[in-house]
Amino acid sequence: MTPNPYLWLLPILPLAGAAINGFFGRKSSRKAITAVALTFCGAAFLLALWIAVGFSSASAPYYFDLAHWIRSGDFRVDFSFYLDQLSLVMLLVVTGVGFLIHIYSVGYMWDDDGFYRFMSYLNLFMFFMLTLVLAKNYLMMFIGWEGVGLASYLLIGFWFTKDSAAAAGKKAFIVNRIGDFGFLIALFLIIKHFGSLDFPTVFQAVAPLPSETAGAGFLTAIGLLLMVGAAGKSAQIPLYVWLPDAMEGPTPVSALIHAATMVTAGVYMVARSHIIFERAPSAMTVVAIIGTLTALFAATIGIAQTDIKKVLAYSTVSQLGYMFMACGVGAFSAGIFHLMTHAFFKGLLFLAAGSVIHGVGGEQDMRKMGGLRHFMPWTFATMGIATLAIAGIPPLAGFWSKDEILWQAFGQSWVYWLIGVITAFITSFYMFRLMYMTFAGDYRGGAPDNSHGHDAHGHGDGHGHGEPHESSWVMLGPLVVLAVLSLVGGLVGYGNHFEHFLDPVFQAGKAVQETAGETGSRSLEFVLMGISISVAGLGWFLAWLLYSNRPKLPARIAESLGGLYRAVANKYYIDELYAVLFVKPLIDGSTSILWHGVDQGVIDATVNNSASAARDISDEVRHMQSGNLRSYAGWVAAGGAVVIAYMVWMGVR
Amino acid sequence: MNIPLSYYLLLSGFLFVCGVAGFLIKRNIITIFMSIELMLNGVNLSFVAFAAQWHSLSGQIFVFFVMVVAAAEAAVGLAIIIAVYRTRETLNVDQVNLLKL
Repeated sequence: MTPNPYLWLLPILPLAGAAINGFFGRKSSRKAITAVALTFCGAAFLLALWIAVGFSSASAPYYFDLAHWIRSGDFRVDFSFYLDQLSLVMLLVVTGVGFLIHIYSVGYMWDDDGFYRFMSYLNLFMFFMLTLVLAKNYLMMFIGWEGVGLASYLLIGFWFTKDSAAAAGKKAFIVNRIGDFGFLIALFLIIKHFGSLDFPTVFQAVAPLPSETAGAGFLTAIGLLLMVGAAGKSAQIPLYVWLPDAMEGPTPVSALIHAATMVTAGVYMVARSHIIFERAPSAMTVVAIIGTLTALFAATIGIAQTDIKKVLAYSTVSQLGYMFMACGVGAFSAGIFHLMTHAFFKGLLFLAAGSVIHGVGGEQDMRKMGGLRHFMPWTFATMGIATLAIAGIPPLAGFWSKDEILWQAFGQSWVYWLIGVITAFITSFYMFRLMYMTFAGDYRGGAPDNSHGHDAHGHGDGHGHGEPHESSWVMLGPLVVLAVLSLVGGLVGYGNHFEHFLDPVFQAGKAVQETAGETGSRSLEFVLMGISISVAGLGWFLAWLLYSNRPKLPARIAESLGGLYRAVANKYYIDELYAVLFVKPLIDGSTSILWHGVDQGVIDATVNNSASAARDISDEVRHMQSGNLRSYAGWVAAGGAVVIAYMVWMGVR
Repeated sequence: MNIPLSYYLLLSGFLFVCGVAGFLIKRNIITIFMSIELMLNGVNLSFVAFAAQWHSLSGQIFVFFVMVVAAAEAAVGLAIIIAVYRTRETLNVDQVNLLKL
């Protein structure tokens, strides 16, 4: 079957939507804006489905060269697209989840003054994300990479009149720049060694190279630098700090960009570059260690957060850690599998959280919720499914992918597996804690409160919020669809179907080393599976015990833990540490050296001092110009005398 | 009898310096005007002296030019002086320091 000829349209569609809404949206009615945004995004989704239906492994990878871009000697970069199994999975996730979140956003943002802006940014994000996913060379990928960063910045700072939102946007942008710096240097190294940025060319050049087992060569350097980029975009230690702050953005943004799609770009990039990583074992180890540590670290922070979105944000960081752990142990397809299921259930969790926030009038503090299952049964049901999925309860989506990762990690080293299981336990605990605090017990919201909380979206659906209420079906629809996906989405992993689907991508040019995971026995796999299910159950039980059965207990435990609890609740003071280590020295250095020293002391001083010197000299010299004719004559005569004296003197010499 | 060149030059320099000194010291415009003529003639003297010394006519030609220019200058200059005196009723240069009345 011939590959779909309309592949190039895929990114263009959302771009057109973004342009139309961006340029004309201010004057349009909300219905028109909605129609444009949903049409173009939905068209992209349908096109992606069409491409998927027509996709055949035989023709993959399929290239589509749209236009020339850079031609400089032998170095060429084109606007060209690349479609293989990996891009296809990403395409479906991005357009599918993206479309659902577009629908949801219509309901969530309807009353916001910036509605057209919001929909335009969302479409713009889709354009860049699709460019990233479909890129055939690293530079195209980098365009998408930077573009989603831009969209992320715009959407985090969507309510830019709020200082915290503007600051969070800047923080995300700046922290991402640090990662992008690594990514760029990796690209330069690739150009230097392979003379090209095209995936096929580079990967063909890398394939025959030996694995850099002893010591570290340039492949290790490239791998590590790519990982720096991935750590920035995908919020891994030490660059994860921007993601929790990114929750300042509207909740659909948190769902789309900061949970389901953009933050997984790093995982996609590492998986895409798997040929490089497979030949750089030390880089792989670094990826695995960073992923594992991030998973555990972020999960522990999640325990003590009280903001419903912050819990989910740290959960996202933690789950991304899982994906990197998978990539680090060589289980790229497991990582991508988890990426997909995570997009389903984490997107759902965020959307449900948004529905909750919407329903209680902008409140995000879980201590002021409770008992909401009576008020919003649909949100409760769908969020419950997502929670079961992320906790790893079979047969929901999260179970399959997480278990696959843990199994593969065990094949590499039991340490990864152990930390992964501990993380799974913590994940289960904080997710059920969230559920119990939000939906169980009695409503603690108290009296109606007209000041909208810190999620300051307009909330004018007619009735005041004396009582929490269920969201409209525009918002519930996507929840239900995602809930179904979270329920059954994992089944594609049954019998390793998903893995085999991706095999052509990840087996191509595989280094000689055997996949470690395949060596374990079947019974061992079931034992490990049992352990991870039981820790998930244990986490559930503990959460039930503490937050439903004996609600007084958590406070007492927190008190007895004292400093440790405060450290966790304050996110281990990492933000403060960074402020002391990096931000403050940077600001102080910039102020005293660059601003007061260089800018004021050298640049401004040069200009100002030369000006004032000219003024001072003229001030003295102007006395020569007295208007007295004879003094002028005197100057002329004196000048002539000097010239003559000089010539005489020179003549004597 | 052969007078050395240096004598002419010394006389020329003396006349020129007299002109400069008069130009600087005197306040009467007419005197200043005459000092200028004195400087011109000092220079003329050195021109003809060199012309005689080197048997070259160009020096003498220059002198003619200078004389013509000096004559023209005298005509214009005296006219200006008369105009100045008519309007200001003084010939003291220190009092004639405004371009308009």
